[in-house]
Amino acid sequence: MNSWLIKNARDLQGKDVDLAVANGQIVHVKELHHQYSELDAKGLTLMPGLVDLHTHLREPGREDAETVFTASQAAVAGGYTAISAMPNTLPVADTAGVVEQVYRLGKSHGLCDVFPIGAVTVGQKGEQLAELVAMNQSEARVRIFSDDGYCVADPLVMRRALEYVKLFDGVVAQHAQDPRLTENAQMNEGEVSARLGLKGWPAVAEEAIIARDILLAEHVNSRLHICHLTTAGGVELVRQAKLRGVKVTAEVTPHHLLLTDEMAATYDATYKVNPPLRTESDVQALRRGLADGTIDIVATDHAPHPQEAKDCEWSAAAFGMLGLETAFSICYLAIVKSGLLSLADLWQRMSIAPAKLARYENHGELTVGRTANFVLVDLNKSWKVDAGALKSKSKNTPYDGMELPAVVEKTFHNGVLVYDRENQGREGA
Amino acid sequence: MRDLLSINDLTKDDALEILDTAVQLSALSDSSNRKFPTLRGRTVVNLFFEDSTRTRISFEAAAKRLSADVINFSAKGSSVSKGESLKDTALTLQAMGADAVIIRHGSSGAPAQLARKRWIDGAVINAGDGTHEHPTQALLDAFTIRRHLKKDQGDLAGLKIAVVGDVLHSRVARSNVLLLQKLGATVVLVAPPTLLPVGVEHWGAQVSFAIDDVIAECDAVMMLRVQKERMEDLFFPSEREYARNFGLNAARIAEMKESAIVMHPGPMNRGLEITAEGADSKRSVIVEQVANGVSVRMAVLYLLIGGATSRDLAAQIGDQS
Repeated sequence: MNSWLIKNARDLQGKDVDLAVANGQIVHVKELHHQYSELDAKGLTLMPGLVDLHTHLREPGREDAETVFTASQAAVAGGYTAISAMPNTLPVADTAGVVEQVYRLGKSHGLCDVFPIGAVTVGQKGEQLAELVAMNQSEARVRIFSDDGYCVADPLVMRRALEYVKLFDGVVAQHAQDPRLTENAQMNEGEVSARLGLKGWPAVAEEAIIARDILLAEHVNSRLHICHLTTAGGVELVRQAKLRGVKVTAEVTPHHLLLTDEMAATYDATYKVNPPLRTESDVQALRRGLADGTIDIVATDHAPHPQEAKDCEWSAAAFGMLGLETAFSICYLAIVKSGLLSLADLWQRMSIAPAKLARYENHGELTVGRTANFVLVDLNKSWKVDAGALKSKSKNTPYDGMELPAVVEKTFHNGVLVYDRENQGREGA
Repeated sequence: MRDLLSINDLTKDDALEILDTAVQLSALSDSSNRKFPTLRGRTVVNLFFEDSTRTRISFEAAAKRLSADVINFSAKGSSVSKGESLKDTALTLQAMGADAVIIRHGSSGAPAQLARKRWIDGAVINAGDGTHEHPTQALLDAFTIRRHLKKDQGDLAGLKIAVVGDVLHSRVARSNVLLLQKLGATVVLVAPPTLLPVGVEHWGAQVSFAIDDVIAECDAVMMLRVQKERMEDLFFPSEREYARNFGLNAARIAEMKESAIVMHPGPMNRGLEITAEGADSKRSVIVEQVANGVSVRMAVLYLLIGGATSRDLAAQIGDQS
């Protein structure tokens, strides 16, 4: 069942809107013939599906933490219709074979689009370029390359990667972390790390790589994307680069828009994340950066981990936190409720802009002729996060027990209702 | 107070009560009746994930003098990658019924996690966690300073205390900065800039890069152990250069106030942060710190799991005499 007439919804501007879907495509209402379902969406806001460019799906290799299927379930529950699988799996997604495997898994589950990101270097070791063209020309059509989790630290390797992806209009997404400045680092370096006796992760370790890579991208005139920006200094570097016309884009995670390094004072490893939570002034700079367009998109960096990887000493715990199912609510709270951006502008940064950046043609727009990837959200309701009730296979959310605004009610992918909060899960298909 | 994880768990009055109780207990220890029945039937576990003979035996002696049963559990290595996790170890101890767990761990925050997750019901006492804190060391240091410079009375107002050396990696320094300032003393941290944490300006302590600038005005000089491997991590160029600039030697001791004392939490690197003249000088109270450690740890155990106050202790001592 993928033909619908959605009635009485509101669009991003708050205007009444009806949406007709026939065979997975958006059509004019008059083109709808018999055999469609009618849905009264009174009180709900209708928007293009969210697009995530930074997701850890863990499959292949760490299916105990997450699988392509459970990540897809989490994605649609969070309003995402497209997610991008980071390559730090076992084996690493550095060949056409692995990216095609992940792509096909996503396709076979059919809940949302799963677009693999390819590794920049073989085994994410930062030494030798992976076969980027082969991954791009594979069925997975990889457009973004990243060694995420590791920085492409060698400046020559980074330069070559930036040059090489021009061959197919690709983009290199850098995890900006100078390895020498962050050896065994545990949290943001500052007042809190000094007090807690946890080894510091200085802002400069991120900013030095951002600065270098901006200069490299400028020099070779290629596309650079900065993953999970966390510092005020990093925002400023990107802002200046954009003013000069450098082809640089940047992302911020929901958690870096809300949480600070003070959370580490509990020594609860749920708050251990790479890059680390920073200070309140960094949070404010990131929010402003997202508002003024310096930061192009929100990306979740959804990073599932099994309980034992978090239920231990801070220094032994894994880095990362869940994001898919809470991302919209967190951003709505941090960005819209705080008055920094309108709902439409937030949606631009969570759907339209990432779809454009990654060249995901079927996402981010709801015009006649496009694929029907959209969500219905109730902005007047709130929900209480219950880690145990999340769709993700892992439970490492920092928001457990929090009351969050904005509830994703229904998610449609290719015109199919893939998430219905009322019925808690999949319907149709 | 349920646990002792950080000096921040203590108010000034709490800290003074521990010191006052320790004074009473040390008097008791000096008398012929060295054993006290308060913790009879209680079980105290020494859970040591790091080697530390002196802290472990100090806690062991303290618990035994209070008639507690002591179990020593040394679990070398830790966490997920190396066998049993902290959680499983804690649950094991819980099953054995520990009234207090004294934990030494290489990872900052491990005692806090043990306490916060409530994997065990007993009191958690931090015996040194990573580069975070070592609260009983700070308490014994404060006790020692107060004994020498304040005749076991009141707080430490008016005193200036230098903490010299590897502040960045020192849990002793963190706990001392918190406690000594809480008790009214002025603390000056002396170290090369590489061995001071980013953010140290929020600690409320003075900072100096030159021991010679401050030594004459200090009432106590606390030397911190410098691990030789720090040199390989580029924190200072050579042992000689460190010793020359930050070591406590005879010439520097000669500059000290008449009444001033020399302290070291041990174990010392003679010839590096302190010369033999420094360690063995008449100002040195280093050996005494060890003895005071037992009294202070007795006081902590007494107040934490003995369910009593220092006033109760005074009454009990009165009853006995």
